[in-house]
Amino acid sequence: MDQIDEVTKEFLLESYENLDQLDRDFVSLESDPTARDKITTIFRTIHTIKGTCGCLGFRKLESITHVGENLLSRLRDGELQIDTEITTGLLRLVDAIREILGSIESTHTEGDKDYSAFRERLVRLNERPSIVAPSETVSASAVHPVDPPVAVAAALPLEPAYEPPHDDASPTARAPDRRELNRDEACYDGPERRANPESVAGNAIRVDVGLLDKVMNLVGELVLARNQVLQFTATQKDASFLRTSQRLNLITTELQEGVMKTRMQPIGNLWNKFPRIVRDVANNCHKKVRIEMEGRDTELDKTILEAIKDPLTHVIRNSVDHGIEAPEARQKRGKPEEGLIAMRAFHEGGQVNIEVTDDGKGIDPEIIKRKAVEKGLLSPDQAARMGEREAINLIFLPGFSTAEKVTNVSGRGVGMDVVRTNVEKIGGTVDVQSRVHEGTTLRIKIPLTLAIIPALVVTSGGERFAIPQVSLLELVRLDDRGAGIELINGTPLYRLRGNLLPLAYLNRELKIEKLGTSEAGTKESANIVVLRGGDRQFGLVVDHINDTEEIVVKPLGKQLKGITVFAGATIMGDGKVALILDVLGLAQKANVISNSSEGGLHSAAENARGDAADQQTLLLFQLKGDQRMAIPLSVVARLEEFPRKSLENAGGRAVVQYRGQIMPIIHLAAALGDGRAKAGARGLKKGQGKSETIQVVVYTHENQNVGLRVERILDIVQQRLNVQTAACRPGILGTAIIKERVTELLDVQAVVRNAMQPAKPLAA
Amino acid sequence: MSDAKQYCSFFVDRLFFGVEVREVQEVIRYQEMTRVPQAASEVAGLINLRGQIVTAIDLRRRLGLGDIPAGKLPLNVVIRTDDAAVSLLVDEIGDVLQVEEEAFERPPETLTGAARDVIQGVYKLKDRLLLILDTAKTVNVSIPAAA
Repeated sequence: MDQIDEVTKEFLLESYENLDQLDRDFVSLESDPTARDKITTIFRTIHTIKGTCGCLGFRKLESITHVGENLLSRLRDGELQIDTEITTGLLRLVDAIREILGSIESTHTEGDKDYSAFRERLVRLNERPSIVAPSETVSASAVHPVDPPVAVAAALPLEPAYEPPHDDASPTARAPDRRELNRDEACYDGPERRANPESVAGNAIRVDVGLLDKVMNLVGELVLARNQVLQFTATQKDASFLRTSQRLNLITTELQEGVMKTRMQPIGNLWNKFPRIVRDVANNCHKKVRIEMEGRDTELDKTILEAIKDPLTHVIRNSVDHGIEAPEARQKRGKPEEGLIAMRAFHEGGQVNIEVTDDGKGIDPEIIKRKAVEKGLLSPDQAARMGEREAINLIFLPGFSTAEKVTNVSGRGVGMDVVRTNVEKIGGTVDVQSRVHEGTTLRIKIPLTLAIIPALVVTSGGERFAIPQVSLLELVRLDDRGAGIELINGTPLYRLRGNLLPLAYLNRELKIEKLGTSEAGTKESANIVVLRGGDRQFGLVVDHINDTEEIVVKPLGKQLKGITVFAGATIMGDGKVALILDVLGLAQKANVISNSSEGGLHSAAENARGDAADQQTLLLFQLKGDQRMAIPLSVVARLEEFPRKSLENAGGRAVVQYRGQIMPIIHLAAALGDGRAKAGARGLKKGQGKSETIQVVVYTHENQNVGLRVERILDIVQQRLNVQTAACRPGILGTAIIKERVTELLDVQAVVRNAMQPAKPLAA
Repeated sequence: MSDAKQYCSFFVDRLFFGVEVREVQEVIRYQEMTRVPQAASEVAGLINLRGQIVTAIDLRRRLGLGDIPAGKLPLNVVIRTDDAAVSLLVDEIGDVLQVEEEAFERPPETLTGAARDVIQGVYKLKDRLLLILDTAKTVNVSIPAAA
């Protein structure tokens, strides 16, 4: 038979899921050997697998699971005490089961591998003498006789053993009725189990990822069609058509969000395997390591989850192998013998942050520098000038490893650069911070989804290109062409707020000739798109900046896969295809950033001024008169400018129509409100505020955009935040000196929360 | 008839080609294309095929023939490959032909150049030769070394 039949497929799926859970259970069991309920769960899983595979005729699998089951039943009854040896044995069992399942999946047979030696080992483990007197296990004796005839009739006779001896409030209320079901349908052990609602599972169905992908693609098409319709709408006057297209717009957006959600998976699914990895690696290098996880339910697109699996695994291995010290060394430092790896995941600014922190020996920038010089990656001179933070980030260079000796696990000099490349491939960034002897934190920021992304559309050489917005920092328009662009030995540079920004011309890099007659010289303005590639910035000179648009990323055919400057293609509103630029690839091609540390060392100077770890990027704005305020740029979704007349009133609240949604506008001065400010706000309307537009900082609050209306956006600064005085009025976190001016730090959350309440504003 | 195969035939610069019907997804008229800078010269561009982005390969270039005469627009023969659909740009489309296995012959040894690579064999028809394209090889266009 060519196809795996449905029952087998079901079995594989369910078994894989359960096995992932098992890994975690085993490890936690080892640290707390008395956790009976864990053993019970493990037992149940193995038992389920055994039962089903017996029915499906996978003898080999049945035989090893059977032995494992026997061992587990003795553990459960307290006859054996779990120890490292047994845990290892059982983990091997899980591995073996996985291997066989894998083989079933690919070849439809159990494979040729011989597991009899392994089986022997489990049997030997099982033959150890009991550690408890029989009298203690009254209930166990009822269970015991079940063991021998098990293999004969699959799961059926085992049922009595199935129930935990002390069915303490049974966290698995299904146990009793399961027995009923299993009487006649032992083969359907697995599926039946799922059918009995276990917590939330009752409301869930299993959907093939392929189908979801298809739906996702269709929604992508719909988004494109919607964009086309909207473009067409602009030229139409018919009211009912406009209404309909508006509705189409809204529904499409909602549908897109909905479908997107179906592809979301909690990161916990991926993390489940890490305790096992930590345990194995730690055992390998004789260390004691504990793993803690926070934010397991942070959700990510499945494809992204897949993409970060390997990098994260590598980071974890690295942390255990390099980060955490040996127990003796830790004791000497006065740290607990057991090292800690803490993983944290959370959403921030439309991105997912994943942090891996260890409390190990940290990274010594001096050692890194020395190594880098030794390996010829850096000149001694450069090393001397380099800031601490930049030095630590050298670990991401290809061919860099600080491991004194190459171990089984890491230290081969490939690794961190691969981690970085992989993360950047999906539009993410990696950053590392470390303190010697205190520990290291690695922070990965990745987008929520890859399928539909916001992008900036630009034109160069008559062709349109899309630039993913994650890489976009800012746009600079030079009115007088070439005025700000300077040349050093033919290399164009631009002075951006005092820093030199290397430039690349998109049309030159892509070797696309200009269409029509307009020659480069006749253009009166130039547009620089400031982009981030790796940890460097560079400017991309394009002919026109068109607009931002949500685009659906489509892969390029294999004929074009090797072109590093393109990340894919998309279909624009007018139905034509546009290429999506791969910012990193483009930067490398243009040599504006390089893999060696030659390029753009200017940021080192910047970092040297202060430990960049404490630095924050802040958005500075003005409320009225001279009152300056700042908020972290990370909470800002966008900066917008609306014509004053687009302000509308809904339910006593100012709103504007924004991207097909109604966005409430909070007048900051009023919201922060002493009466003076309110009066000021009104005064602003008749007084100085004669401008036709209003400046709005868009902030996303519980999935809704909220606009903060400010008087004027001033600047974006990066600096160490030194809060001088504590809050003196609600809505303000404190005061700090920024750019030599006293600036208040706005508590955005509080202000928005208050303003969004139906009640009176917070000053009332 | 098991040994009779059906071929979708087309012309490229007076040469008469065939691709097995099973491999052909559809034949469509000329579509506007988006050029791909940096790509191999055989890649004519990308077309939007009902929301699917399809790479178009210029068969004339692939075979080392001269460009299509000005003013004439090529047609797209969209074929399925393991990877994704790929369009072959051809001059003109012919009939679907049913041919007998006996008429098949390996390409002559004297055939050289790019054509040798992509021509699987030849059917000797009554009045002309039908050249059978190996589609997998035809669409296998490599990226030129980084310039």
